[in-house]
Amino acid sequence: MSTLTQKEFVLGLFEAAPATYSSLRQLGKESFYAQGLPALKAEEYKFTPISKKLETSLTDFSPAKPVKISAEQVKSALFAGFEGAVLVFSNGQYLPEHSTSVEGISVRLLSENESTPLGSIAEAGKDPFVALNQATFSDGLHISLEKNTKVDSPILLLQFHQAQGGQVISPRIWIEAGDFSKATFIDYHISLDDAPYFVNKVVEIKGGNNTDLTYHSLQKEHNQVIEVSNLVTDIQKDSQFTSTQITLSGDMVRNNLTLNLLGSNSVGNMFGIYLLNGKTHVDNHTNVDHTIPHAESNELYKGILADQSRGVFNGKIFVRQIAQKTNAFQQNNNILLSEDAIINTKPQLEIWADDVKCSHGCTVGQLDAEAQFYLQARGIDKTTAKGLLLYAFAGEVLDKIEVDSLRNYIVKQIQERLGSKF
Amino acid sequence: MLSIKNLHASIEGTPILRGINLEVKAGEVHAIMGPNGSGKSTLASVLAGREEYEVTEGEVIFQGKELLELSPEDRAREGVFLAFQYPIEIPGVSTTNFLRTALNQVREYRGLEPLDAVKFLSLMKEKMALVEIDQKLLSRSLNEGFSGGEKKRNEIFQMAMLEPVLSILDETDSGLDIDALRIVSNGVNKLKSEKTATIVVTHYQRLLDYIVPDFVHVLYKGRIVKSGTKELALELEEKGYDWIKEEVDSTATV
Repeated sequence: MSTLTQKEFVLGLFEAAPATYSSLRQLGKESFYAQGLPALKAEEYKFTPISKKLETSLTDFSPAKPVKISAEQVKSALFAGFEGAVLVFSNGQYLPEHSTSVEGISVRLLSENESTPLGSIAEAGKDPFVALNQATFSDGLHISLEKNTKVDSPILLLQFHQAQGGQVISPRIWIEAGDFSKATFIDYHISLDDAPYFVNKVVEIKGGNNTDLTYHSLQKEHNQVIEVSNLVTDIQKDSQFTSTQITLSGDMVRNNLTLNLLGSNSVGNMFGIYLLNGKTHVDNHTNVDHTIPHAESNELYKGILADQSRGVFNGKIFVRQIAQKTNAFQQNNNILLSEDAIINTKPQLEIWADDVKCSHGCTVGQLDAEAQFYLQARGIDKTTAKGLLLYAFAGEVLDKIEVDSLRNYIVKQIQERLGSKF
Repeated sequence: MLSIKNLHASIEGTPILRGINLEVKAGEVHAIMGPNGSGKSTLASVLAGREEYEVTEGEVIFQGKELLELSPEDRAREGVFLAFQYPIEIPGVSTTNFLRTALNQVREYRGLEPLDAVKFLSLMKEKMALVEIDQKLLSRSLNEGFSGGEKKRNEIFQMAMLEPVLSILDETDSGLDIDALRIVSNGVNKLKSEKTATIVVTHYQRLLDYIVPDFVHVLYKGRIVKSGTKELALELEEKGYDWIKEEVDSTATV
């Protein structure tokens, strides 16, 4: 297999970049060159050798063009019982013909709305993949919630991915929420076939005051997919933002989640489940920045790792000196189902204020044999017993998902994965 | 119904049971008593199929089947029920959900149709009355935050739901106050029939005032060293275990 150097890797992408946002792209390019792809021992990517993975797995470093999607494909991708709006994407390109509209929400192509302040929330200088996306994204979507818009049913961002082998998909989404608005998004990635590709996604969410936003992300692509996802949000006064990150498969997946708490009385919630098998490698890096007093962050990630899968969790909580009366809680629990599964988990707390409540904890363990025996002693077979216990373990996070159709879908995926019939 | 012959079992190489012989017939209640460390709970665990114990010798026939060949779940499905000395807390799994899964797997094994939600609930209501257990408790996570008495009542409730042929109560009286003891015992007594049998493992005679045994066996150093009727339990209550220990230990040295 031919391997490409970093230079070759990015050149093809830079050359293919559209003419829109030219100065922004130029800044992205410069920022990318200044940072480079993460070196093997780079602290931020320590356990996730993403550069090596890209260099050895991908063969064609051009952007994947959108592929045709049928109405049937859209329909069959929806979760059973799903009710809500659907925004359909093909390799990052928005497809209005398959999408539904929501009152109070306007959607526009980024290419037709060049005043969108991309990069103002997800800053290129913070991560080379953000910079790379900024320089090379083909198009994306600008979603805007009008002031006072409250959407109770979820908005599904259905992202179909298909590449001819080793191509790059760079989705870019900008969401801005007017004051007093409320919405729930579900970002769902689906592979259309099993050819490998690299997804480099950036989502920026600009919240207003008194907003209540939820962003569920479900990653269930095939096991040759490499993905780096960056989600960055600004949370303003009296607002709440909740993220749930569910990862069920992939080759190497890296999720960077950054919450900037910018207004007092704001809350940031970060929840996640990773259920991994085979050789899947998933790295969740979260970063919450308490910049003001009287804000709260809650974090709970649960991992179940089988076979030779590998998980990485790094949760950074940064409390600035001014951010007194901060409440910040973090928890990461893992169950290893095989001797070959690995988890690297690290809480990273940097606290400069002196009147705060912060806690963190991480656990790594195995399935409780005594509990398993108890269930078996009541007539439940071993596999189902195991499934019930793992479901219970993940339940604390599953319960946070208020969209029934999504939660039921995930539960079903877990049951199927575990061969369990509870 | 149950025939235990020369059963030896050890844990991590240490022998605990050293030749148990016991015959249990349908309709009978047997009490297994004995001092701490005599192997009472081990016997209960080995019968239920706990994996830490290694059976090194002997056989157990339950209704014509080699019990020790069966997985723990198949033993349960055949009708063996162990009421745990220390019921496990399982956060995130409700008693209701757990029991429906269990009951339907047991029914499937016995060639019966699964119970639908309505029938399951009405069965639950009927059995709840038996052990005076509250529905609120059952919708909570299995045993999580339950008091000692609630946990034991939940054990007997599960027993009522699963309708076992052979019930083994492992120190069910431990941690129970007098009211809970009465409720639990009443439940067990109501579930007794001509077709079922009960093995009561206990350290004290107290429980046997409520669940009256047909036979009492004293376990010491991994063997049944004395068998008798319920009067034996009263004698033990009065005189303690020392006289039996002395009797056994002196014979052993001769």
